[in-house]
Amino acid sequence: MLVYFLKRLTSVVLSLIMASIVVFVALEIVPGDPAAYMMGLNADLSAIEALREQMGLNASAIVRYMSWVAGMLHGDFGISYTYKVPVSELIADRLWVSLPLALFALVLSTLIAFPAGIIAAANRNKPADFGIMGVTQLGIAIPNFWFAMLLVFFFAITLRWFSAGGFPGWSAGFFIAMKSLLLPAVALALPQASILARVMRSSLLDTLSEDYVRTARAKGLTRQQTLWRHAVRNALIPVVTIIGLQFSFLLAGAIIIENVFYLPGLGRLVFQGITQRDLITVKSVVMLLVFAVIAITFLVDLAYAVVDPRLRRQSR
Amino acid sequence: MSEILTEPSEHILRSAFRSKSFAIGFALTILFVAAALISFLWTPYDVTVMSIADKLQTPSATHFFGTDHFGRDIFSMIMVGARTSIAVAIIAVGIGVVLGVPLGLAAASRHGGLLDEVIMRGNDLIFAFPALLIAILITAVFGPGAVNAIIAIGIFNIPVFARLARGAALTLWTRDFILAARVSGKGVTRISAEHILPNIMNLLIVQGTIQFSLGILADAGLSYVGLGAQPPTPSWGRMLAEAQTMISLAPHIALFPGFAILLTVLGLNLMGDGLRDLFDPKIRRGRG
Repeated sequence: MLVYFLKRLTSVVLSLIMASIVVFVALEIVPGDPAAYMMGLNADLSAIEALREQMGLNASAIVRYMSWVAGMLHGDFGISYTYKVPVSELIADRLWVSLPLALFALVLSTLIAFPAGIIAAANRNKPADFGIMGVTQLGIAIPNFWFAMLLVFFFAITLRWFSAGGFPGWSAGFFIAMKSLLLPAVALALPQASILARVMRSSLLDTLSEDYVRTARAKGLTRQQTLWRHAVRNALIPVVTIIGLQFSFLLAGAIIIENVFYLPGLGRLVFQGITQRDLITVKSVVMLLVFAVIAITFLVDLAYAVVDPRLRRQSR
Repeated sequence: MSEILTEPSEHILRSAFRSKSFAIGFALTILFVAAALISFLWTPYDVTVMSIADKLQTPSATHFFGTDHFGRDIFSMIMVGARTSIAVAIIAVGIGVVLGVPLGLAAASRHGGLLDEVIMRGNDLIFAFPALLIAILITAVFGPGAVNAIIAIGIFNIPVFARLARGAALTLWTRDFILAARVSGKGVTRISAEHILPNIMNLLIVQGTIQFSLGILADAGLSYVGLGAQPPTPSWGRMLAEAQTMISLAPHIALFPGFAILLTVLGLNLMGDGLRDLFDPKIRRGRG
């Protein structure tokens, strides 16, 4: 287990280093001088030069890369070019919207997918199965930002149950804040729930055809007992893996959904960063999301190896 | 030679259309591909001409899907939008196949070697960047546009096809007919091209259909947030972004482009499912 852990950890660190180089080099190519941009159109050259020096822009690329990485390791992402405050503060603020949104969507998606997948598998090739599978086909095919717009139209504009967008902040109270995240979370969750329900169904169908399920039936357990005690438990392993991987999709997917609901999350921050050429913010947010994806994949792999010893042996 | 090839493929096509999901998916796909192709020659109205007097009309006999806030015909815009979406998605799948499959085959042919390791680690690296993040990076550097959307989605497709090709090729390399080819003196590259590739074609076609549909969705998302095709080129995603600002005034504008995306993606997914069932003898036997 330790060997497996160390091997995976090394590849995680390597991936992170490579990813940081890719992000850094990509944004090195961008034309334009951030110092000149910060000073505005009428600034004189010596002032721009002084700012360049102060921002460390005159150092060589390798030095700047090293100091960027070293800064990030200490939680220091630099100063935003447009907001003139530390990027880490901007990110921390926005993370309190994006992270709860992704988690909320993950919980919703799981709550919908588990029963749907189990009902479909237990009623294989019956109307309930066809109905659920049909809905999941639609759920996978629907663009989630369009679904979000439809939700806004019905529940916010027509029925007036929710506000059409914006975020009151957690200081307004937990339930008020969660209420404003409900529609975005539903929109984010629908495609993921559809995928998850299909995985749950096919995984359960696999376990239902196993010998131990037949044995359980033979020893006198009812269909229901067999389903819950033996089949569902074993079917959960691949499902849990997918849930882990979906979290990183949800974080990235939140970028678009935040735009539909005008939520002040990481997604809005990135798009504002692009239009305002605030590249240091773009760089940091992208790197943070990549870090999240790599870290979550690592944790899922690890959890998988703990549950399934065969994997550990294979990788050696 | 051609007789041997056509006979079984005709048989496959006939049984394909017996599958309901394949037939529906195929019909939907053909519908949108046809709309895209026809739009090159003819659309009911010119999508670049604005007519403020006709703005925000509801669907009628003159404007099937109504008009947008500039008085442009939405039906025509959806036809032209289809060609943007389909072109972006097809080229992106092409990039994934052309770069990913050879990489995957090369990795499998030298399984456990340095090349395999390098290719797989490179794959992991790209996998860490969701398509949207690649698009954001590219846009930050080169500015938004359809070409950058293609590159972003295309890069995202490379590891998908590389992994698929490698995994499928690895199981083939242990088979006797490959051993026979090796014994007869063929090199690994020739074996990959002549024996492995034809045998993983089914998998690649199914995956290609799925990536095509994901590409349509990704392109819609990117152009919705302004990272895709730029005005005046109509795109489904941007039509929705523009419709959103007046959804309380004229909700029908937001309806049609959304349904266009939904039905295209649904069609491709159904077609992919049908093809997978068809190619997978295990499932075919289970159904029969």
